[in-house]
Amino acid sequence: MSAVMITRKVRKWEKLPGKNTFCCDGRVMMARQKGVFYLTLFLIVGTCALFFAFECPYLAVHLSPAIPVFAAVLFLFVMAMLLRTSFSDPGVLPRALPDEATFIEMEIEAANGNVPPGQRAPPRIRNVQINNQIVKLKYCYTCKIFRPPRASHCSICDNCVDRFDHHCPWVGNCVGKRNYRYFYLFTLSLSLLTIYIFTFDIVHVAMRSVVSGFLNTLKETPGTYPFYICFILLVCFFTLWSVVGLTGFHTYLISLNQTTNEDIKGSWSGKNRVQNPYSHKNIIKNCCEHPVLCLQKTTAPLIPNEHTPDEAKASAVSAAEKSHSPKEEQPPTAKLPPLASPETDAETSIAKDKPH
Amino acid sequence: MATEFHNLQELRHSASLANKVFIQRDYSEGTTCKFQTKFPSELETRIERSLFEDTVKTLNNYYAEAEKIGGQSYLEGCLACATAYLIFLCMETRYEKVLKKIAKYIQEQNEKIYAPRGLLITDPIERGMRVIEISIYEDRGSSGSSSSSSSVSGSTTR
Repeated sequence: MSAVMITRKVRKWEKLPGKNTFCCDGRVMMARQKGVFYLTLFLIVGTCALFFAFECPYLAVHLSPAIPVFAAVLFLFVMAMLLRTSFSDPGVLPRALPDEATFIEMEIEAANGNVPPGQRAPPRIRNVQINNQIVKLKYCYTCKIFRPPRASHCSICDNCVDRFDHHCPWVGNCVGKRNYRYFYLFTLSLSLLTIYIFTFDIVHVAMRSVVSGFLNTLKETPGTYPFYICFILLVCFFTLWSVVGLTGFHTYLISLNQTTNEDIKGSWSGKNRVQNPYSHKNIIKNCCEHPVLCLQKTTAPLIPNEHTPDEAKASAVSAAEKSHSPKEEQPPTAKLPPLASPETDAETSIAKDKPH
Repeated sequence: MATEFHNLQELRHSASLANKVFIQRDYSEGTTCKFQTKFPSELETRIERSLFEDTVKTLNNYYAEAEKIGGQSYLEGCLACATAYLIFLCMETRYEKVLKKIAKYIQEQNEKIYAPRGLLITDPIERGMRVIEISIYEDRGSSGSSSSSSSVSGSTTR
């Protein structure tokens, strides 16, 4: 009774440390806590559904059928941008493999020299020069790398993210280099959608009031109608102040080529008078040559969601060094049925119950 | 005395990993992707300086081409934005095209130049564009012990 060995390629995202959840075979990447994201979805979809159900019929007839059409287009754009922001890799930096981590440790020890016992080791910092300015790169103890400039470690997702902006619970993901563009377009389009719905909500109520008086407007239609109007107005009112404000804030950041993280920490402002080495000192230039927003997909997937054979082979080769056993050189296997004991070599296989 | 490795396949089967060299990023011109062309001392006995520098400079040129901002990139961007980025379901971005070219170039360099010298370049994208990792292999036979590595048989799927 031989165990059935099924060769199964291990995807890179399955081996990824960090607190992300993945769906659709690695195509969707989110943070662990998604509650607020579902709230965002509910608010947007709910408000728009109410708008389309209760206001659009009247507006289409009495004003123009273009109004619901444009609202629908805008709504679809907002949803596309929201899902794109939430589901895409923000620009996570892969952690250093053991070889590289050891190499960096050796470099640090060589640089620091002998630290007498009892004394604290100096902070691990690497100085680089960017545009004739010294920038300090910090060492990340979790990822075992010196963070590239503008990268930061997100404690919620437990990853270093390149050009880290902030972790947005509304979107359920970090906002970094790879999805900042979608995040900004999301806030911008959501602002427009909110203003649009708010305006036409008021127009709708005003038009009905002109025809039949304000109080009568509230009475003439089914009893729950005022509830829906109030709900839409309330949501739009609060969204307006927060989202429009956020869009304005990010537009300001873009004009200065800064991230939220840098702004909060005051990296380039305040008393130390250190200037932002990434800014062109010209607002137009900052916007047009913004490394992330200049409307081109310039960033590489730092964690490709496909499995590359090199990963398995490299570990297989190093495993072969240890044991010289030909068996180890096979691609990672998952043994089914569960009667067979799963391979315990963490590098090359993951025992999973799900069929592939 | 390392023997000649004739191709990549042989390298992986008959050699053992001795060391790794990491070529760091060059940030002097900002955060655009560029690697240092400084020749590491570990490679001094393995490869000619000019070959190494050529490889790194070509890679830097590829990355600069990929990240270039110009009329074509604006057009691509505006078109993408107008279609809510759905157009990228059908077509590839220019950056992805260049990444593929880079992968091909690295493969070619490995086959022609680096593997025969017992070296292997890892595509920087595998390391998050932080380093170019160059693995240095030593021939097992040269270590003096008659290893059973030649008994490695069987087909490996590639």
